[in-house]
Amino acid sequence: MSEGPASAALLEVEDLVVDLPVEGEMRRVLHEVSLSIRAGEAVGLVGESGSGKSMTARAIDRLLPPGAAVGGAIRFDGGNVTALSGAQLRRFRGEVAMIFQDPRAHINPVRRIGDYMTEALRTNRDVPNAEAEDRAVDLLESVGIEDGGRRLRQYPHELSGGLLQRVMIATALLTQPRLLLADEPTTAVDVTTQAEVMAILDDLRREFRLAMLFITHNLELAAAVCDRTAVMYAGQVVEVRASSLLHDDPLHPYTAALAAARPDISATKDRLASIPGRPLSAFEAPSDACAFAPRCTHVRDACRQQRPPLIELDRGLTRCLRADELRGHMGPETA
Amino acid sequence: MTEPILQVDGLRKEFGELIAVDDVTVRVREGGSLAIVGESGSGKTTVAKMIVGLEVPTAGSIRACGSDRSTPARSTAERRRRGREVQIVFQDPYTSLDPRQTVERALDEVLRLHQGWDAPRRRSRVLELGELVGLDARQIRALPRALSGGQRQRVAIARALAAEPRVLILDESVAALDVSIQAQVLNLLADIRDETGISYVLISHDLAVVRQLTEETIVMWRGRVVERGPTAQVLDDPQDDYTKRLRASVPRPGWKPTRRALAGVGEEMDP
Repeated sequence: MSEGPASAALLEVEDLVVDLPVEGEMRRVLHEVSLSIRAGEAVGLVGESGSGKSMTARAIDRLLPPGAAVGGAIRFDGGNVTALSGAQLRRFRGEVAMIFQDPRAHINPVRRIGDYMTEALRTNRDVPNAEAEDRAVDLLESVGIEDGGRRLRQYPHELSGGLLQRVMIATALLTQPRLLLADEPTTAVDVTTQAEVMAILDDLRREFRLAMLFITHNLELAAAVCDRTAVMYAGQVVEVRASSLLHDDPLHPYTAALAAARPDISATKDRLASIPGRPLSAFEAPSDACAFAPRCTHVRDACRQQRPPLIELDRGLTRCLRADELRGHMGPETA
Repeated sequence: MTEPILQVDGLRKEFGELIAVDDVTVRVREGGSLAIVGESGSGKTTVAKMIVGLEVPTAGSIRACGSDRSTPARSTAERRRRGREVQIVFQDPYTSLDPRQTVERALDEVLRLHQGWDAPRRRSRVLELGELVGLDARQIRALPRALSGGQRQRVAIARALAAEPRVLILDESVAALDVSIQAQVLNLLADIRDETGISYVLISHDLAVVRQLTEETIVMWRGRVVERGPTAQVLDDPQDDYTKRLRASVPRPGWKPTRRALAGVGEEMDP
């Protein structure tokens, strides 16, 4: 492990650029994405459809589709992730585990739960079958499934979506990862089940001192459960902020506009402050202007002349040229 | 007092042994909005399907726009009239749109069927409907696959509105939208209600959306209505245990999700 200030970060993503082949041409899906996660820290990654949040997680876990071109740096525990292959890559995936929105799409329906859960331990870590199953039953108990022994012999279709989600979480933790990449794990479940899944993740993070990148489109959820939140727009990170400050003192007009556009559970708003236009896809983002400029009520000519760099402000990061002068009234200007 | 635009009494639906909906009674006045809140399996979508005629009630009665619809329509004319009066928009706009049909044709078909207008009049109404839900001329000529999820959802809403229904049922139709698009659609729905006096039945797990769009709420739990009242009262001062738990599950600053209070939730589907 390297020393100095950088050693505080477990995961460091620096100027990550990803191009994917689409209909014969390369399209940029991530533009200079930078973020870091410390050991044990929970970081939210928030954005609308197509903003690049899932792509970022896939790039980190080396799960990009074939033909993807990756630039920039991804370091885990000081080591270069983009250079890993073979056994090293499998070991890395045990340390950086991923859970997904739809467990049914990721669990082989014709194999028993036990097979699915213990595969990584048996094949990559040479753990004997019986021991692997014992550890699986223990972890099922940690996620609130008491009759683990019986569950191991069942097939995925015999379990509800909520139970399968917990099986997937338990499986991800079997290899004792230090970082969990959670890609919208609660988007498809009921609000009460979401609360339970979040409570489970919270407990496990404490118990195993697990860091987490929590991907969601739900700004309120990210802010409620993560230490820091990164906001993505059009394939770029536009803001990184302590979650406790995100709502009242955001550093980017897009974050402020998102918060203003949400209805409020405690009061009916006369009219929602909708953001004009539509979200830009990453490949549409200009290289010589702020991607949010066409929808921003605070836009100035300078915003259309360069892509703003990600700069530090008040211990957060922002890609807004006017962030400093706009602080405190970052919300959408009303006519 | 005038008759409610939608009147559901003692509604019940059995699927074999399972009682999916048990003794549900609701009223919606003209221009009013009702939210049905509850988790998957609570019966809320089954209630909606019975109101639009996609499921036949085991017992109970449904009246909409002054006429009974508790039993299947006996003629094509009656089925069409019912379709015109109450429309529904489902959660996933992709599965409810014909992949080979352009937006323009999908809207035109509804106008032809329900309004019986000539081609020029239909054409101008298609453009109006597109504008109403924020779709431009290019998007109007596109196939569903060329549109984003939010755009498709707006197509589904435009298609429902083309029939000029008196009641529009929105089954999780705004929950899946991105926040910036969701705000546009919610504002749009409020505008349409102001202009036309349409009534909404909103089925949603998103309590903030419920607060924004509706004035009355019923909460369903395992097929039954466990709480009802003005939306503000149900959300600010929930009485039923399930409603309280639902309210406590909404993330907010300083939120601390707990496991013990929630044990067993979501497991009722297990064998």
